[in-house]
Amino acid sequence: MKVLVAVKRVIDYNVKIRVKADNTGVETANVKMSMNPFDEIAVEEALRMKEKGLATEVIAFSAGPAQCQETIRTALAMGADRGILVQTDAELQPLAVAKLLKAVVDKEQPGLVIVGKQAIDDDSNQTGQMLAALLGWSQGTFANKLHVADGSAEVKREVDGGLENIKIKLPAVITTDLRLNEPRYASLPNIMKAKKKPIEVLAPDALGVDVAPRIKTLKVEEPPKRKAGIKVKTVAELVDKLRNEAGVI
Amino acid sequence: MAILVVAAHDGKTVRANVANAVAAASQMGSDVHVLVAGSNAGEAAKSAAALQGVAKVLQAEDAAYGNWLAEDIAPLVVKLAPNYSHIVMAADSVGKNVAPRVAALLDVAQISEAIQVVSPDTFVRPIYAGNAMATVQSGDKIKVVTIRPTNFKAGAGGGSAAVEQIGGTGATGLSSFVGAELSKSERPELTSAKIVVSGGRGLASGENFKMLETLADKLGAGLGASRAAVDAGYVPNDYQVGQTGKVVAPDLYIAIGISGAIQHLAGMKDSKTIVAINKDEEAPIFQVADYGIVGDLFQIVPELTAAVEKK
Repeated sequence: MKVLVAVKRVIDYNVKIRVKADNTGVETANVKMSMNPFDEIAVEEALRMKEKGLATEVIAFSAGPAQCQETIRTALAMGADRGILVQTDAELQPLAVAKLLKAVVDKEQPGLVIVGKQAIDDDSNQTGQMLAALLGWSQGTFANKLHVADGSAEVKREVDGGLENIKIKLPAVITTDLRLNEPRYASLPNIMKAKKKPIEVLAPDALGVDVAPRIKTLKVEEPPKRKAGIKVKTVAELVDKLRNEAGVI
Repeated sequence: MAILVVAAHDGKTVRANVANAVAAASQMGSDVHVLVAGSNAGEAAKSAAALQGVAKVLQAEDAAYGNWLAEDIAPLVVKLAPNYSHIVMAADSVGKNVAPRVAALLDVAQISEAIQVVSPDTFVRPIYAGNAMATVQSGDKIKVVTIRPTNFKAGAGGGSAAVEQIGGTGATGLSSFVGAELSKSERPELTSAKIVVSGGRGLASGENFKMLETLADKLGAGLGASRAAVDAGYVPNDYQVGQTGKVVAPDLYIAIGISGAIQHLAGMKDSKTIVAINKDEEAPIFQVADYGIVGDLFQIVPELTAAVEKK
């Protein structure tokens, strides 16, 4: 079966973001961009399935401006076979991305879609679940372990109190959590090879998807700053402060 | 129009964060209903009826709802949705799994982890791991919202709402529950604990976390960890406090051997009082700590444990 993975281009996780002075958003000009870390885990999981003979082809999907090709190239350098970019400069929200993904799924008919559980920019944690809903598929969210066999998948999920095991029918959507795997680095020869792999570029219109945002961002602000407190010298002093000043113990 | 809070529960009582979700819902409108779906959920429904600010509880009995599979719960919520202006869930592992599925089936957007209700259609939510706050307005007819429980104060209780039985929607057969491996602990649950003791990479091993357990037990505290400590395999992932783990806001948060990466701060910086114990005086954790001690945690923690004992 084919496995489709979705990769999002986000501000690199090491960059300290800056809120724009006019409060319309976060500064992205001249900022290092990378693949969303949870999506790297998604790519890695798909590649491992291919290496085990469980997947025949790994397709990397992205949606957004032309520069998202770089993010797809990263997935191709890791080992994905080909890419699909839905190119648009419009703001894309999770529901719109899920609809674009659905259109691509209808076309490509993968047996499994793997996406990161959330993107580290908007922190929505929605796209995978929404895609599963739109397709009428099962969903294995926050996956810690994935075992695919005989038309179904066993998914170990990260839940509030620990872990949970579910069995889901394929086709399905999986969303990755941190401990699912450790993504590989692309080797130089593979980076070179990736340059020759095909990326198909589509427009949202061609897929018949209306990507108009449903949520309007009114403003983006800095969070309230917490003031640094004091340093104490001894444990006795600390306990005294906690007891008599803060009154928390 | 009324507001529907979808409540997760353990069969006996609704989760503590349902009270926070009801408090948030009460800021969106006045007529708050709570949906308690389950197999044998009578007790849980009663506990929801006792929450302050609840006008009505809908109890849906169906064997399919026993284990909170999103594929089976979502159709029930979708069926009820036309009667409501808002669907609200706590942003825990149940809400995060179910709410987006509901939203997509309704063809509406979802607002994730609201921390403030500005008006019935406008919410504040953290983005970029809490390094920016976005005020967002929903244009959809039905607003599906998950709320961050620590930002909404639970009511006192003492409610006496009526419980109405409603029918179930059956199983889709798409997924089935196999089992759970839940961490067994006598300690308070992280997100509702009044005091949280957290350890980081500075602990150097899982074995050394025992030291924190002793301190936590003395304080009646929950035990947490940084992502670095989880990644290093010292403790299980459900200990993780931070952007990719749990968000906590206790009265007292004690960060031990935690440097204070942005992603960790996102999960604890709303705590009332923060204590940091770290050997590196330049560690970013000190920038948010009310009280800091620079020094060797292996010396300080036992001392602290002994000191809190003496009243």
